[in-house]
Amino acid sequence: MEHIITTELVSLFYSEFQALKDISIDFLPNTVTALIGPSGCGKSTYLRLFNRMNDLIDNVKITGKVTIEGEDIYKKDTNIVELRRKVGMVFQKPNPFPKSIFENVAYGLRVNGVNDMSVLKEKVEFSLKQSALWDEVKDKLKKSAFELSGGQQQRLCIARALAIEPSIILMDEPASALDPISTAKIEELIYELKNNYTIVIVTHNLQQAGRVSDYTAFFYIGELIEKGETKELFINPKNIKTQNYITGRFG
Amino acid sequence: MTHLETEIQLLKRNIVEMWNLVNNQLDKSQQTLSNFDKDLIHNIKVNEKMVDTFELMIDRDCENILALYSPVAIDLRFVLSVLKINYNLERIGDYASGISKLVDDLENPISEELINSTNIFVMFNLCQELLKDSLNSFETENNWETRNILGRDKAINKINKEATKIVADYIIKKPEDVLIAMNVLSVIRKLERVGDHIQNIAEELIFYMEAKVLKHQKKKKN
Repeated sequence: MEHIITTELVSLFYSEFQALKDISIDFLPNTVTALIGPSGCGKSTYLRLFNRMNDLIDNVKITGKVTIEGEDIYKKDTNIVELRRKVGMVFQKPNPFPKSIFENVAYGLRVNGVNDMSVLKEKVEFSLKQSALWDEVKDKLKKSAFELSGGQQQRLCIARALAIEPSIILMDEPASALDPISTAKIEELIYELKNNYTIVIVTHNLQQAGRVSDYTAFFYIGELIEKGETKELFINPKNIKTQNYITGRFG
Repeated sequence: MTHLETEIQLLKRNIVEMWNLVNNQLDKSQQTLSNFDKDLIHNIKVNEKMVDTFELMIDRDCENILALYSPVAIDLRFVLSVLKINYNLERIGDYASGISKLVDDLENPISEELINSTNIFVMFNLCQELLKDSLNSFETENNWETRNILGRDKAINKINKEATKIVADYIIKKPEDVLIAMNVLSVIRKLERVGDHIQNIAEELIFYMEAKVLKHQKKKKN
């Protein structure tokens, strides 16, 4: 199977500080890959390579090659809007817009020029169903997104990301601010979504990485220490640093 | 030391204690047979209850660690191995107790001829040696020593296999000793099972130390 994302010897510098060191990882389509590691290890920086979010930070320098669906996304004529349509993102804290539930999901579609109400309705419903939120909000689509609980807001953000039909979804600690029930719903959702999307998730919750991902990559001080099948990595890690980290003996 | 490490150390101490207890049970069951020492049988019965208590306690400790600490990697393998070693040790304890009950049923000591011809004490010694070696390799986490245990039950199995004919011949020769002879055969069968359980323990130790599953791969063991 062809890889949907590949990174070849990617290094990233914040001015003089090297945050990523020669990272090479390939991602298969329709898989979930968890990025784990202690704070400051570079996992979120690595995640943000895929939708060029790091471009927004001053004095960032990137070397190496990042390709998505065969395209080098750092070549000069890359269309960033098109890239971000292909690569959706969900953040740690739910960040709905100060709009209705419907308009939150329709937002990306409208930005991309979709204004036909019947198309919008159809896509909003489809996205809310995919994010397992439809049954809870179908009767209050015109209400403010802020009236939803934290867990519902996060699923709304996932619906918003799904509405523009990306092929890749990046998740940066999507459940770290949620209670166990909402977390379970998000995890269930990730499991469902991988049938149609490729998901890369940053998490500090090792049990969550174990539960939701097919592959896990362990980062430490900007380096990729180990990447492998999640089951294998959590039962028999090859590198002692990985073992020490996942068993809580680190440092 | 993390909280999990403390719990694992405690679990290790408990399983080692159980291991020693089961070792003693096996030693004592041999003594009941060799010395026809019926006083020891009561002691074995009392200790059998302790073995059962240890089994329940270790099961509960493993469950608690799995539920509360979600161990992974070497910690997970340790807890899973201990859970299974615990079961195997309890079974060995049961066999030791069963052997002493068989001796209790006898009215007279077993004849030297039957003991020598069946190699029952050789079998006992092999089981004791293997059980002690398995404990030692667990305590020292020595995977080379553990691998050395694998397959060493062949000699035990050979004695078991030959025993039926030897005992049958003996019964033909001395029909008045039929009950004794049948009990000796039962002891041999139990020791053969003890050998199997020690092999299971060695396989669990390899899983813990090397993350390799040796079950149902007898030809590849060595």
